[in-house]
Amino acid sequence: MAALLEAKDVSRSFGGVHALAGCSLSVDKGSITGLIGPNGSGKTTMFNVMTGYVKPDKGTVSFDGHDVTNARPDKIFALGIGRTFQLTRIFARISVVENMLVATQRDESWLRGLTRSKSSKSELDAAMEWLDFVGLSRLASMPAGSLSYGQRKLLELAYVLVADPDVILLDEPAGGVNLTLINEISEKILALNKGGKTFLIVEHNMEFVMKICDKVTVMHQGCDLVTGTPAEVRANPAVLDAYLGSSDDEFDEEEDVSA
Amino acid sequence: MNSSALIHAVLDGVLTGSVYALMATGLTLIFGVMNIINIAQGILVILGAYLSYTLSVHFGIDLFVGLIITIPTLFVVGVVVERVFMARLKGPERTSMSILVTYAISLIIEGALNMIYSINIVQLKAWYVDKSFPIFGIYLPYIYLFGFILAVVLLASLYFMLYRTRFGASIRASLADQVAAALVGINVKRVSTICFGLGIAVTAAGGMVYGATNAFNASTSYDLISRLLTIIVLGGMGSLGGALLAAILMVTLGDVVAVVWSPIWSSPTFFFVLVIVLSLRPQGLFGKQSARVA
Amino acid sequence: MSKAKPTAWGLGLAVLILFPIIETNPAWTSIGVLTLMFMACTTSWNMFSGYSGYVSLGSAIFFGSGAYTMALVSTHAHMAGGAALFWLIPLAGLVAMVIAVPVGAIALRVRRHTFVVITIALFFVFQLLAINASFTGGAAGIYIPLIPWGASYYNVPFYYVALGMVIFATLLSAAVRRSRFGLQLLAIRDDEDRALGLGVRVTAVKLTGFTMSAFTFGMAGALYCMLQGQIYPQFVFDPTFDITVALMAFLGGFGTLLGPLLGGLILEASQQYLTQSFSNGSLYLILFGVLFLLVILFMPQGIVVAVSQWWNGRAQRRELKATRDPAAVGAHT
Repeated sequence: MAALLEAKDVSRSFGGVHALAGCSLSVDKGSITGLIGPNGSGKTTMFNVMTGYVKPDKGTVSFDGHDVTNARPDKIFALGIGRTFQLTRIFARISVVENMLVATQRDESWLRGLTRSKSSKSELDAAMEWLDFVGLSRLASMPAGSLSYGQRKLLELAYVLVADPDVILLDEPAGGVNLTLINEISEKILALNKGGKTFLIVEHNMEFVMKICDKVTVMHQGCDLVTGTPAEVRANPAVLDAYLGSSDDEFDEEEDVSA
Repeated sequence: MNSSALIHAVLDGVLTGSVYALMATGLTLIFGVMNIINIAQGILVILGAYLSYTLSVHFGIDLFVGLIITIPTLFVVGVVVERVFMARLKGPERTSMSILVTYAISLIIEGALNMIYSINIVQLKAWYVDKSFPIFGIYLPYIYLFGFILAVVLLASLYFMLYRTRFGASIRASLADQVAAALVGINVKRVSTICFGLGIAVTAAGGMVYGATNAFNASTSYDLISRLLTIIVLGGMGSLGGALLAAILMVTLGDVVAVVWSPIWSSPTFFFVLVIVLSLRPQGLFGKQSARVA
Repeated sequence: MSKAKPTAWGLGLAVLILFPIIETNPAWTSIGVLTLMFMACTTSWNMFSGYSGYVSLGSAIFFGSGAYTMALVSTHAHMAGGAALFWLIPLAGLVAMVIAVPVGAIALRVRRHTFVVITIALFFVFQLLAINASFTGGAAGIYIPLIPWGASYYNVPFYYVALGMVIFATLLSAAVRRSRFGLQLLAIRDDEDRALGLGVRVTAVKLTGFTMSAFTFGMAGALYCMLQGQIYPQFVFDPTFDITVALMAFLGGFGTLLGPLLGGLILEASQQYLTQSFSNGSLYLILFGVLFLLVILFMPQGIVVAVSQWWNGRAQRRELKATRDPAAVGAHT
């Protein structure tokens, strides 16, 4: 399989702390790739570099043959990389369906936005269709701020999906949600993957990762430690060491974007 | 232009700059901890100046001795304003609303000061305002030196409190991240109230020195607040060291421009420098690098 | 409800159209002109600041630029005073927009808290330029060609031009709210970084909104200049103008369509009334400040939101009562 999204030797430090130190990661087309590692190993920073929120000090990121190393988040999104955030981010004061509409056109010039209405018929249909997919269509006209935590997670997933990205980066999709919802989310991911979507998932819930991922990369102290199938990773002693040895250096890895 | 005028300008800038630093530190502390932009800071400085005026003219109390009364008074004013008004501000537009509320407060104080003291311009009087001392071949009134010492002492004690005491640590934690500070058990509400009080209390000292070195009335506060805001933005909003440095830099620059060019361009220099610096460095000189962060 | 809304808007418009016909006292019609002018400005301010959350306290830059455009063009072109000057109003709006591009490009580089302060600083740059530059006539100001209209009739053309501006600003603001561009502004208000990551060109969108809102300010400034017949830098580049416009929007309802109109109407009218009733300027300052504080503290979301919440709450309570009463009766019997 060919790598659709690839980061090579990426480094980034924040005031002396090396969040990423020469980390490489590749996501094959059509795969569900897991990215795991102890707290502070640089997973979220890697996401931020890949989606243009943080510029790397060194290294390159490429997507589908394009170099996107220093591209802005809106450009990267336009190319077809969508992401969610660890601390869910929605637009609280507009309605649920309006949240969806923000993302419906992933590459549209700003000038076009001035001359057209909020949504076309087909965009509205697409928005409702995806809201239906995550089970939120009956809440479409509610202000998004009134949604529960789990519903917000689903909304965030839905509005990333509505733009039809090729790769979807999920930052802890199972974090802080109940078991029923975790199962629901993993089923949806598998269904989307069957339909051709590629996923890169950061997750602490090992059961979740092992169940749905084809390939897993383990990060440790800003580097990629091991890459392999879930079974290989589980059997690798270095991975266990990484998790056990690093319990004392939990610095806040999401210092840059999730604030 | 001659060299002694330039020396005068630089000295004046450094000495009075420290007083501006004191006033701006209060403003930036309030912003950093509470996300509140206190537009009333300017008029509170004038209030401090008028309090000193009353004490010295009607009660014969020396300006510096009077600070024992005026600093606690303004601290209490700050605490009351925080409890009654600021604590009520909630929601996503909190910062914008704080500008409006503090502007309303400053209108009320301005009206009251105009009624009590009239709009005639006054200046604080004392022997050290009239008498001068020689330095680098020029003469400066003693008040510049005394004011500088006062500002340095107060700033030093403020910094000592912030960096050497437990309470200071909780203020700095709140400056860095209010949510995290609350999570580790810091009473952010109490810290906010006291910070607001402290941020206002410094205007008593600032106002006294300002009133002794400038003629003032209530409407002088507009020039003052626009300078103070410029200083804290230039230093990086919420940065204590930035406010200190920007104050001395800007006041000195303003004074030098007044001497070299014309006093008319002294205030505009502030704004031009601000615009240029921000075009190059949007977060200010010492602002937290927080690009792409909400 | 859906029928009541257009009716209410139509009724409001009718009252505004009829006002100078019924009330011919120049003292009142001049309050009318100023009130409409502020309603247009506040609506336009809200179209950018209310939707995007970027509170600008530099609107007087555009108001003043518009006023100076009117004054400088009319005097340099030796125009005859009168209705022909009205044609300069759209030009003044365009000049304000041209000025808004670099101003916005500098101010919008930073996030919203710093943005507020930078707009204030940029405002002072413009005020000082107007006072000190040679082409503006300096502190002495400029007189524009005299308008030869009688005192009893003088305000009326201004009134209708100002009303036209209110209608224009309201329609534009409503159109923006319905457009994709408006949705993008609202998304920026709620979470700018997230919007950026969903393909919104945040910088371009913000600058466009900022520039668009400058147009009405420029026109209002030109109208004000014409109405007064002369301008001084301190009067058209006035810091209280900035804060008044923001206050009006907050008073009425930040980010709503009706709010800024109501806020402008209530505040400007009461401000004019207070100025005329209290010759003591200091007392006026105190009263205005107190009024202002009460409104912000007790109606932080503005009149429109407060009233609609109260109305919905009342309807809910009624419903609750209606469903509970029979039950209560049932329990007793």
